[in-house]
Amino acid sequence: MSAGNGTFDEMFDGDGQTRPAYAEYCRWFAEQPGEFLKRKNREADDTFRRTGITFNVYGENEAEERLIPFDMVPRIITASEWRRLSRGIEQRVRALNSFLYDLYHRQEIVRAGRLPERLLQSNDAWLANMVGFTPPGGIYTHIVGIDLVRTGPDEFFVLEDNARTPSGVSYMLENRETMMAMFPDLFSRVAVESVSNYPRRLARSLAACVPPAFAGGKPTVAVLTPGIYNSAYFEHAFLADQMGAELVEGSDLRVVGGRVQMRTTRGYKPIDVLYRRVDDDFLDPLTFNPESALGVPGIMDVYRAGGITIANAPGTGVADDKAIYSFMPEIVEFYTGEKPLLPNVQTWRCADADSLAYVLDNLAELVVKEVHGSGGYGMLIGPTASKREIAAFRDKLKARPENYIAQPTLALSTCPIYTRAGLAPRHVDLRPFVLVSPEGIDITPGGLTRVALKKGSLVVNSSQGGGTKDTWVLKD
Amino acid sequence: MLGRTANGLFWMFRYLERAENTARLLDAALRMALTRDLVTAEAEWRSVIATLGLQAPYEAANEGYDGASVWNFVLRGPSNPGNVRAMFGAVRSNARMARINISSDVWEAVNDNWMKLDKLLARPVGQTAVGEVLGAIRRAGTQVHGAFDGSMLRDEGYHFSRAGTFIERADSTARILDMKYFLLLPSLSYVGSSLDTGQWEQVLRSVAGARVYSWLNAGQIEARGIVDFLVLDDRFPRSLAFCRNALRDNLSALARMHAREGRCNALMHEADARINHLTVDQIFDQGLHEFLVDFLSRNAAISQAIAEDYRFHA
Repeated sequence: MSAGNGTFDEMFDGDGQTRPAYAEYCRWFAEQPGEFLKRKNREADDTFRRTGITFNVYGENEAEERLIPFDMVPRIITASEWRRLSRGIEQRVRALNSFLYDLYHRQEIVRAGRLPERLLQSNDAWLANMVGFTPPGGIYTHIVGIDLVRTGPDEFFVLEDNARTPSGVSYMLENRETMMAMFPDLFSRVAVESVSNYPRRLARSLAACVPPAFAGGKPTVAVLTPGIYNSAYFEHAFLADQMGAELVEGSDLRVVGGRVQMRTTRGYKPIDVLYRRVDDDFLDPLTFNPESALGVPGIMDVYRAGGITIANAPGTGVADDKAIYSFMPEIVEFYTGEKPLLPNVQTWRCADADSLAYVLDNLAELVVKEVHGSGGYGMLIGPTASKREIAAFRDKLKARPENYIAQPTLALSTCPIYTRAGLAPRHVDLRPFVLVSPEGIDITPGGLTRVALKKGSLVVNSSQGGGTKDTWVLKD
Repeated sequence: MLGRTANGLFWMFRYLERAENTARLLDAALRMALTRDLVTAEAEWRSVIATLGLQAPYEAANEGYDGASVWNFVLRGPSNPGNVRAMFGAVRSNARMARINISSDVWEAVNDNWMKLDKLLARPVGQTAVGEVLGAIRRAGTQVHGAFDGSMLRDEGYHFSRAGTFIERADSTARILDMKYFLLLPSLSYVGSSLDTGQWEQVLRSVAGARVYSWLNAGQIEARGIVDFLVLDDRFPRSLAFCRNALRDNLSALARMHAREGRCNALMHEADARINHLTVDQIFDQGLHEFLVDFLSRNAAISQAIAEDYRFHA
């Protein structure tokens, strides 16, 4: 059952014995008739299609909508593991916010010589017009997704911070809904922490960050989407719906009387908090990309004058940068005065000559990523790449070393998926979702487990054929 | 509610209604063609294309007027951007756009039917399948309306949706009637002939009124009775009078909710004043065609005014 070569399987130990977290689930599983499980597995796809939980694939036919494959075997985390993870995540998110505040104010961390200044200058996500401005409530990252990987019983690493616009939370919620609809008896046998109040917590968290211009009463919250052809449109609509917020597009908005207002059937109405799912570049054609039709001309001026709260704050993408990531241990220590509770994956910055030399010598063993990349695009996975791919990547690396970082190829943990031939181990990662407001940091017990459906594959991104699982945090 | 969302709901229901009406029109023609000789059958299919205003694009893409060419062009023709498959696509994208203002039941009814129809219409529809396909399109409408009635909040979104339904339905009934009267008859001397009776029957069939009409009129098929039924009988849900009453109610509800009468309400009053107390004889005296043209243009003007009054567009 183990994936072999030292890979940690979360369900079975090296002797094929079920680990305690999965004990009750496996008992339940063994009791289910094979035909029943096969039928349920087929039904799951239909459920997702009918609900419309689809995503559009970039670069393909505009009308094509796909399902992210759902695997019906849950990924289970014990209460004590979760407590440890939560403490580490909270510390990291607190540090991220302090870091962003500092970057756009006095830059103490640069003055202290703990972070090279060139990292900011070369960072595309850096926004000069955020300098000296403090967002309402001092919050930069209202919503954060921290990508974690596991390599052993007590070994969790942070692989990536998503401070810009983390997506996938609708899958966390819908996967659970689907599991509860398919296997209600399972949830009466295993006590699982609920995730369903995430939208309510998100709404409360956003409403706690009203701008100075807020006129009182009930704050008006809106979700800004690029529109129905965006790959994550389903999630935008889902969150707006669940929060009781408006779902707006750039064409609905305009600046009137110093406020950003939306065009309703009764006329223009001011928005207090805008949860935007549009990148910084497209937010304000007057400030950023003049070609953008997705944003609102003049919104940045309104923002700086205290007329609206934008979540996440523009300019937070600086922290998603993988070169910044490599400094996260220092960043956490600098702002919290504590040692990081969750370690980073060892990272070589190719901008450093010594590191570059090491990386070039060991390309076949390493994973090399673009500093600003995301979605699993533009990366090299040494162990599975062909000689030609490695040679081509070597040239790119030499031409622009500062554009890359490298990491060891981690033996990501596996969790079994359901296949026609029975359970089969596949590599997984985990993205818990974190809400930040002036009232504190709120981590939903659960998250999005992404799973590489191809045997042996380490790439879990949905854009590259990955699937998802329901993620259970057990109650004590 | 956002103006764009109101627009989405309005058009979602206009397209849904249009798809259903188009299916009924094809259904009636299919039935008629089966019971006629080849020449009359061809005329029948020609009239379907004419009623839908598709002569130019149809003739550019097809040699002649046979059933399979016509229904495939109307249902799924790539050179017909207003084909039923595309209409249902528009129903679904409008529903997606207004997703947070419709219930899950409505969304699932739309999405389920879209998946089914999109597949059914992905390949040419043959003689043996066409009846089933047209039935599926009609049932799609029935299911969405059923879910809508049973689960939607009676807020402004409800009334924009209903306004869209009745504007489109009135438009469709008026066009079918006009086509019959103005274009279908080779000359007025046919009035009263057996061909004429068949044509009128077909009109009733295209608006799902054949059985009801027959029941109300003891089987007497004659022009005056049918015009009275389709224009003035406010008990029949596809008559112009019924659609107009329903539209008026929904526009009044919107005015109450917004505490303001708009231009659409004023146009509605004007249109009412013209047809209130009208008898079928007066309609024939002024000319049925003239009456219907006036009706259609007022209907379109009300639709336009709704969009302006409620800020559908920036």
